[in-house]
Amino acid sequence: MKNPAKTAAAYGVLTALALILSWLEAQIPVFFAVPGMKLGLANLAVVTALYFAGAPCACVVSLLRIFLVSVLFGNSAAFAYSLAGGVVSAAVMILLKRTGRFGTIAVSTAGGVAHVTAQLAVAAVLMGTSSVGWYLPVLWFAGIAAGAVIGLVSGEVCRALERWKKGGGRT
Amino acid sequence: MKNRRLRRADLVLIAALLAAGVLLSLGAVLLSRTGMTVVVRVSGSVVASYPLSEDREVEIAGADGGTNLLVIRDGGAHIEDASCPDRLCVGMGVIRRTGQSIICLPNRVVVEIAGPSGARDTDAVSE
Repeated sequence: MKNPAKTAAAYGVLTALALILSWLEAQIPVFFAVPGMKLGLANLAVVTALYFAGAPCACVVSLLRIFLVSVLFGNSAAFAYSLAGGVVSAAVMILLKRTGRFGTIAVSTAGGVAHVTAQLAVAAVLMGTSSVGWYLPVLWFAGIAAGAVIGLVSGEVCRALERWKKGGGRT
Repeated sequence: MKNRRLRRADLVLIAALLAAGVLLSLGAVLLSRTGMTVVVRVSGSVVASYPLSEDREVEIAGADGGTNLLVIRDGGAHIEDASCPDRLCVGMGVIRRTGQSIICLPNRVVVEIAGPSGARDTDAVSE
């Protein structure tokens, strides 16, 4: 993607997608027993951005989404949680992808684990207690499961996008 | 973009994360079993503490003559019976993890699971 207009369009589309996915996830009633356990649908857009358009795009999409979501329907505490989770998981995923050894599934799985770990650390600081650490084992596995699913779907999306690009960008 | 969805390195990374999760869980289970105590407070001061590992039934003398029957069984604690009108404490069920608590407002009774050190680290601030 060397064409600046195409790059800007890709950033815009992926950020919009991340926002829509955040909204969609907020519509799902909380049915998990453990607070903080969720699928993280918006990370579909982040992982897709990382593999389709590169690390800068993933950072922009992730940070813009977190900022916009907190402005549109969030509060300051939720902002701290998502910012910590988003930044740490993006950093982990970018570093792992840079090694060139890992596909979307493994990278996204590690990102999911990094996400829950960072959020629990923030929770421990905000609430001034280490008791929240008891949630780590169950959230760790939830992060693995959610990350793997997100990575699998993102991988398919990326493959479809690559095919579409090779075909001259026509639908 | 390689055609194979899961390469060897991917599997190794995911397996390592799963293994780390199992270790974390084992660590948590071991930590939660060793020397956890049930701390009973009435009107904010500690009146009794019992090891979570020993089964027992105790009648707690709450504020204003109220009573709560505390039952510790199979590594969990719950309030079996209470003199208070709403009996919310009975409905709060079994607690077994550090930091969990049962609160009876009318009798000013707090039953809390504490770690090996006895009281929780936040108590230094809250007291």
